[in-house]
Amino acid sequence: MKKHRYIPMTEQDQSDMLATIGADSVEELFSDIPESIQYNGTMPMSEALSEPELLKHMSELAERNAHFEQNPCFLGAGIYDHHIPVVINHMISRSEFYTAYTPYQPEISQGELQAIFEFQSYICELTDMKVANASMYDGATALAEAAALASGATRRKRIIVSKAVHPEAREILQTTAHGLGLEIVEVGFSNGVTNIDELKSSINEDTAAVLIQSPNFFGCIEDVRSIEPLVHEKKALLALSVNPLSLGLLESPGKLGADIVVGDAQPLGIPAALGGPTCGFFAVTEKLMRRIPGRVVGQTTDTDGKRGFVLTLQAREQHIRREKATSNICSNQALLALCASIYMSTMGKVGMQEVAQLNLNKSHYAAKQFSESGKLAFNAPFFNEFVVKLPEGTDVKTVNSKLIEKGYIGGFDLGYSYPELKGHMLLAVTERRTKDEIDGFIHELEEII
Amino acid sequence: MKPEKKLIFELSKPGRVAYSLPECDVPQVSLNDVIPESMQRSKAAELPEVYEVDVIRHYTELSRLNFGIDNGFYPLGSCTMKYNPKINEDTARFPGFAKIHPHQPEESIQGALELLYTLQNDLAVLTGMDQVTLQPAAGAHGEWTGLMMIRAYHENRGEKRSKVIVPDSSHGTNPASATTAGYETITIKSDERGMVDLDALRDAVGDDTAALMLTNPNTLGLFEQEIVEIANIVHEAGGLLYYDGANSNAIMGITRPGDMGFDVVHLNLHKTMSTPHGGGGPGAGPVGVKSKLVPFLPKPIVNKKEDGTFYWDYDRPQSIGRVKAYYGNFGILVRAYTYMRTYGPDGLKRVSEVAVINANYMMHRLAPFYEVAYPGVCKHEFVLSGRKLKQYGVRTLDVAKRLLDFGYHPPTIYFPLNVEECIMIEPTETESKETLDGFIDIMIQIAKEAEENPEIVINAPYDTVVKRLDETTAARKPVLNCTCE
Repeated sequence: MKKHRYIPMTEQDQSDMLATIGADSVEELFSDIPESIQYNGTMPMSEALSEPELLKHMSELAERNAHFEQNPCFLGAGIYDHHIPVVINHMISRSEFYTAYTPYQPEISQGELQAIFEFQSYICELTDMKVANASMYDGATALAEAAALASGATRRKRIIVSKAVHPEAREILQTTAHGLGLEIVEVGFSNGVTNIDELKSSINEDTAAVLIQSPNFFGCIEDVRSIEPLVHEKKALLALSVNPLSLGLLESPGKLGADIVVGDAQPLGIPAALGGPTCGFFAVTEKLMRRIPGRVVGQTTDTDGKRGFVLTLQAREQHIRREKATSNICSNQALLALCASIYMSTMGKVGMQEVAQLNLNKSHYAAKQFSESGKLAFNAPFFNEFVVKLPEGTDVKTVNSKLIEKGYIGGFDLGYSYPELKGHMLLAVTERRTKDEIDGFIHELEEII
Repeated sequence: MKPEKKLIFELSKPGRVAYSLPECDVPQVSLNDVIPESMQRSKAAELPEVYEVDVIRHYTELSRLNFGIDNGFYPLGSCTMKYNPKINEDTARFPGFAKIHPHQPEESIQGALELLYTLQNDLAVLTGMDQVTLQPAAGAHGEWTGLMMIRAYHENRGEKRSKVIVPDSSHGTNPASATTAGYETITIKSDERGMVDLDALRDAVGDDTAALMLTNPNTLGLFEQEIVEIANIVHEAGGLLYYDGANSNAIMGITRPGDMGFDVVHLNLHKTMSTPHGGGGPGAGPVGVKSKLVPFLPKPIVNKKEDGTFYWDYDRPQSIGRVKAYYGNFGILVRAYTYMRTYGPDGLKRVSEVAVINANYMMHRLAPFYEVAYPGVCKHEFVLSGRKLKQYGVRTLDVAKRLLDFGYHPPTIYFPLNVEECIMIEPTETESKETLDGFIDIMIQIAKEAEENPEIVINAPYDTVVKRLDETTAARKPVLNCTCE
């Protein structure tokens, strides 16, 4: 019997335990599996490696990836290279947090429950909404859940989404809509923002929700104050997807009249990690509280009158309501919600504004140079991302391949998702980018094109 | 009584900071110059102002109010709370995995793509499927993805099928996912052995059957011995078989869903493949399918070119579309891959053998004191009923709460729904005989306490930071955050 470091059963243990069970062999415990479907032999898959061999193998795989420490990143499109305060990794590495299951036993889960309660509080404070849940898979799936909630709440099936919303979020929305029987209507953009005239003519009495992202996929800030009355006039719901980091400077979605607010907390201290795991957040008005998907933690008291926290409003959830649940979500992204909470604890009231201002400064410094050479595609206000139009006939993919050879991670190839924006590149400039890196990047880019 | 733990918001003192940002090395931008006032934040978010030591002590203290696998035995049935290896945490944090962007040029992430490609293939072999998507973020997400593929398959054949069949012992996510995929759920009763009732199944299937969703071994820990016949019944009616992989820890290398007749499988990597649950997530729920469903897989999947390089394959015209932004919970996939390479195929088989020995051992030792719901051989978990204790006024909930005083995480309780006063125990393979014996002895002691001095059990727990909490008021008058106007 091959020994293994995670398995404590010795040969003696095995024979003692089989004796207690009254079985002659291990095979006897599997005798209820019909022979015709038993697997014989060794599965043809990757072989076992010892700990040192495995570390070496994993290092070799990791080293074949160009990462942010060695390649300044100007790519955003929903995943950003922000500074992650060092305390976060130390705290989420406390195994009482990361090796725990969902807090089903509140008496021994007060730490996680309070952490989620604080996360909900942070999201409500940041968005100016009344109720937030414990997290969703990511910002994109959260937007699809917003459409589902709106359809249930309004008993309408028509969902209007701006084409300036993240293309992958819209793809997920299409998949979701097919399942739920929703009608998706996409509204175009002009000068980098949602076309308000087109939006106005698409909203009708069958409209459940209007989905807007701001700053939108192009980095432009939407004129939500003009959109909101158009939505509510037809008694539809306004769902806003926001970048939480931008809320250090930009008006809160609650103040702008949103009914549902979603987004991805990745900018708040979560590693990029090829795009996951991140953490979706989901907040609603008080009116929609009992329709919110996923876990929710509430404050209560114990039998001694002491403050404590529990999972609550569970009558919405799949383990109680089964086919009538508001969503099928069970596992969420709790550990990443913890990252976001620790990030906001670390940055605090002042730091959240300061880091947002730094992003604004850096991105506008970079954009100014493109503007001077006539390459800035849109003139709408933006936060930390903007679009540049490369010379006619430039292939962005080729440009990015050349940039990575020079040690820079270039911007998102918009032509991939928007045929009309072929030759356009979406750039993100975060607080991590230095003046030298920005100058160096623009120099290389100009050389290549 | 220990004092109440303060909220981080209650530690705030204006003027303190816990962050460090660089001086700005580019010209300062005036907000008013670039963003209209109507778009600017009118009132700053009231986030706490604390210094770094506050942050560290606050979250350290919170962690001490929590119970994870590293704290002790966690026999939570159907959740596979096995040890979460430390090497997995280290590899996932390598900069080459943690600090890469999903839209980087493919040539700059070949190591990551190779890992995903290998994991897709290894999971396909493990489950007996032809192709795997790694996109779904969790088990329920995988269920929905699988059902959407089943839907696309039927629609592609020009068939309208509206119903998904689930047994009454199924996870709540099964019917919830069916609804999300646009299906009506038909729930069928289990037979006296706790298995799918073949007659009930025969009555339920028809030309409107899209799929049967099944967990095997089922949530009672029993292997569905008639699985081949079950598959025949469903397939003959034109339906497909969906495998909920929550209980895969029982069968690795021993039998495969693909060989049992299943068409679609999801695995919970945060169960079977040891990735940590993180206090509720993140997970990963890859889905494998048989060849007839491959065209419908979400896009992209990772493929290999003839020259040996790896790429995102988006050229999938019949795909159901995308189910998750980017490519799934990559950080979790790195952990799962690390885990699978720790064991290799023979090691994974041994994992399942030991998990099953442990469960049978516990069941036999506990049988004289708690009623075994369905006697016989079990797989990785088993279900007890606490109904014998009801005569003393003690319920399963009380037994669970009493276990807290002895430093154990209680088993899953009141699930599955078809067993009265249900106690569902899953020990996993990473627990020693001594640990199991210690837990069993306490379970026996609690059964005796219930008989001799039930008040002790009914009023438990005693040694926890809070006592039983008022969940009714929490739901009736919800206080869901501490933001004050």
